[in-house]
Amino acid sequence: MNALREKARELLAAKTVQVVIGYGRGSGGSARAVFMRAPAQAAELIFDATCLQNLAVYLMKPEVRKLGKAALVATPAALRTILQLAAENQVADNSLLALAPVGEDIMPLATFAAIEAHVAAADHDLSAAEGAELGKFAAMGLEERRRFWEEQFSRCLKCYACRAACPLCYCTRCTVECNQPQWIPVPAHDLGNLEWNVMRAMHLAGRCVNCGDCSRACPVGIPLYLLNQKLISDVSSVFQARSGMAARSDNAMSTFKPNDPEDFIR
Amino acid sequence: MESEKRSIERGALSRLVEQWLSQGKRVLAPMHSGDKVDFAWVTSLDDVSLDHVQTVQSPKTAVFPRVEELFSFRSADGRVEVRERDLGALPEIVVLGLRPCDAAAMAALGAIFNWDAPDRLFSARLARTTLVTIACSRADEHCFCTSVGGGPGAVAGSDILLTDMGQGAYLAEIVSAKGREAARAAGPLFAPAPGMDKESRLATVAKAFSPDAIAAALERMFDAGGFWEEQSRRCVGCGACAYVCPTCACFDIQDEGGISGQRLRCWDSCGFGLFTLHTSGHNPRWLQSQRWRQRLMHKFAYMPERQQALGCVGCGRCSRACPVDMNILEHLRAVAEAKP
Amino acid sequence: MSPTDLFQPLLMKIEQVIEETPDVRTLRLAFADERQGREFTFRTGQFGEYSVFGEGECTFCIASPPTRNGFIECTFRKAGRVTTALAGLEPGETIGFRGPYGNIFPIQDWERKNLLFIAGGIALPPMRSVIWNVLDLRDRYGDITIVYGARTVADLVYKRELAEWAARPDIKLVTTVDPGGETPDWKGEIGFVPAVLDKAAPASRDTIAVVCGPPVMIKFTFPVLARLGLAPKSIFTTLENRMKCGVGKCGRCNTGKYFVCKDGPVFTLAQLQGMPQEY
Ligand SMILES: Cc1cc2nc3c(=O)[nH]c(=O)nc-3n(C[C@H](O)[C@H](O)[C@H](O)COP(=O)(O)OP(=O)(O)OC[C@H]3O[C@@H](n4cnc5c(N)ncnc54)[C@H](O)[C@@H]3O)c2cc1C
Ligand code: SF4
Ligand code: SF4
Ligand code: SF4
Ligand code: SF4
Ligand code: FES
Repeated sequence: MNALREKARELLAAKTVQVVIGYGRGSGGSARAVFMRAPAQAAELIFDATCLQNLAVYLMKPEVRKLGKAALVATPAALRTILQLAAENQVADNSLLALAPVGEDIMPLATFAAIEAHVAAADHDLSAAEGAELGKFAAMGLEERRRFWEEQFSRCLKCYACRAACPLCYCTRCTVECNQPQWIPVPAHDLGNLEWNVMRAMHLAGRCVNCGDCSRACPVGIPLYLLNQKLISDVSSVFQARSGMAARSDNAMSTFKPNDPEDFIR
Repeated sequence: MESEKRSIERGALSRLVEQWLSQGKRVLAPMHSGDKVDFAWVTSLDDVSLDHVQTVQSPKTAVFPRVEELFSFRSADGRVEVRERDLGALPEIVVLGLRPCDAAAMAALGAIFNWDAPDRLFSARLARTTLVTIACSRADEHCFCTSVGGGPGAVAGSDILLTDMGQGAYLAEIVSAKGREAARAAGPLFAPAPGMDKESRLATVAKAFSPDAIAAALERMFDAGGFWEEQSRRCVGCGACAYVCPTCACFDIQDEGGISGQRLRCWDSCGFGLFTLHTSGHNPRWLQSQRWRQRLMHKFAYMPERQQALGCVGCGRCSRACPVDMNILEHLRAVAEAKP
Repeated sequence: MSPTDLFQPLLMKIEQVIEETPDVRTLRLAFADERQGREFTFRTGQFGEYSVFGEGECTFCIASPPTRNGFIECTFRKAGRVTTALAGLEPGETIGFRGPYGNIFPIQDWERKNLLFIAGGIALPPMRSVIWNVLDLRDRYGDITIVYGARTVADLVYKRELAEWAARPDIKLVTTVDPGGETPDWKGEIGFVPAVLDKAAPASRDTIAVVCGPPVMIKFTFPVLARLGLAPKSIFTTLENRMKCGVGKCGRCNTGKYFVCKDGPVFTLAQLQGMPQEY
């Protein structure tokens, strides 16, 4: 934590960056995003097990972008997000500084190449627990799975917290807001909820970096991560593609390759 | 009128639920859902959670569901027929286990829906809803009912207020005519309540601010752009705070079903970026900070002046549900302390 | 029978469709139920919610004057889902109407005064109602000047009425198009509305001005009017905040503590100056 605060203080004092996006203490012992703009504020930064939010979501917000060059306290998921945003031409190389906590230390990563090297060295596979949960879900029969999701989606409020918390849902006009034609019904009834959640999951297929923020954001506790993780594992087995690993990569779902497998299309 | 005091045993409460269901009423009550507690339609008291502080969502769904039909229409051979909604067919609802803040919120919703011209659908739903509130024996850091005119044992808005007196007994305060009718229908399930005093059973919620001071401060703060930007920078602009709020009432109107379909009313939120977008592309609230300001202004400055009702009952749901820990109490304190 | 529910529209038959420009149409609407038509009253400045069943509702002002009974008119630009559907309808088809909603132009207070109407683009419709209203009561008012501008000649709406107004000796009509928007046979002015207004320099004593148009036009017109000596309380405009319910409940048109659907859409410049800039 001291290394982080020291680094942040130094960056702000030297005006290397105009803002450090990090974590501070929030309500009830939780962590919340903070935007430090003066060296003295650096003392409020924290980094511990409560720091879960993927702060890369703020890289896409105009209110944050206008503050100037940012240093971002980046969890492994946030680093993958930066690379994925880079692959989608949303952030430019050298335009931000990632601060990756490594033990008690802090590793500044100024370029996409540095982030790629850092990310490549880590293990991003699903954890054993995640794998087991996904396995259970995969083992359900088609009918059981349908009932499971119907029950889950019946609680969806269409509050779009999942979308707002997702750093890769940055469209200025989301498909649910396109009304000519009205692709997705606006109300949060069964059909609207099903179409909304399936649409969002499909838009994140091959792009989602498994940060888990959509599920954490969902006020009614819908396990959206199951959809994302299933799609991640399918995209990886069908296309041997993995999002968030490289700053230049083709999106598996929107890039045609002559040798793409077609046997899953029925 | 002084509310009448009775008592009811936990066992009798469960028979009461059975009675309501057998009378064809729908019962909305807090239920465990994963690691959360939220309102759901229940079929027995066994499903009902009685030990939580607050539910994720408010019970506003009883009077303002997230989707409802305003009317339906049929078109054939160039002729259109509009069919008014049959209000008589709306279900009778009992909300069991809402909190005193939630009961108070019904008045705030009424102030919006019935401002100037009455909203028949809302009013019909409210008239068919009986509120059997359970007083709070616990509160958390997000509760601030006492700062907005309520309290953990406040009766306002409830039809019956239950207070857990321990040993499976509840004090039942029969507050309204609807409550008296419900108690009468329950017959002997409600017993006399000799010398029951609820005060010692209630949670303590410290007063954090005065709404008048907040309104006075807000009056001067519309143009304090920097303040609003600092306050709301981490807000990601979702609808979670509005959708869980018992008093938020912004809505959208949508047609579905083609030329023979329905006109629907559904929840919306002033926190969404496109809420105020004009057809011309101009958006009067183009920044999230302006939308956050609107949330506080509407509840604490505009509503008190225009609808003579505070738009917040201090339930703390928005703070608990916010994905980025926007803590409304903290923001209100900041408003109170702001130096204009 | 009139609907008892606030959100339930009256049925209207499209009597006539006038193509004003390629994407602007005027509809003349008659009440499907004659008795509703006889009972219906409104005052100039008010608006309504028009619906295409199955597509939804949209907000337009009532573009006809209350002095002409038995029908109402609206003029709209094809912009999105409902207006596109509306543009596809033909005479004889049925749409819905809720209203009238909102406040009014206080034309009774304007009697004996000079009136100056300034409109840009598709913003003439709210003005058309009040213009016809005062023209139908012509002897109650002083000089009447209309300054109307559009981007190009093709974008001018109400061409037949412009011709009728131009021919009347008791109105001064100035039409203008933005530089480059003129055609070879264009006889009106060329230039932006505020500049043309400066040149037209209408009577400024005892004058009421009504200004409707895109925000930039309004912004640059107010100072010209101030130079002409008009007080903020004598300058009227209409706001077009996004609306859904039209009746002060859905929250969409909330601007500061005001609801444009109930407190507006007509506001004086004096009122706007006392309001937060949120429109
Ligand atoms: C008081 C008042 C009076 C008015 N009077 C008139 C009048 O007389 N004549 C007139 O023509 N208009 C008038 N308007 C404007 C009119 O109400 C709108 O143009 C109309 O409601 C558009 O409806 P629509 O369903 O066709 O458009 P929508 O489908 O709602 O779309 C409108 C525009 O917004 C875009 N859009 C839609 N949804 C989204 C989204 N979610 N995100 C981003 N962009 C989106 C569309 O692409 C389109 O450009 C008035 C408005 C008010 C408030
Ligand atoms: S759901 Fe799809 S369209 Fe909507 S914001 Fe996310 S990626 Fe964009
Ligand atoms: S956050 Fe949850 S409730 Fe909200 S829209 Fe997403 S899935 Fe639905
Ligand atoms: S604003 Fe927040 S605390 Fe106030 S009533 Fe709504 S959800 Fe509860
Ligand atoms: S305050 Fe929180 S819940 Fe409300 S819009 Fe902002 S991020 Fe969403
Ligand atoms: S349009 Fe709904 S409140 Fe004004």
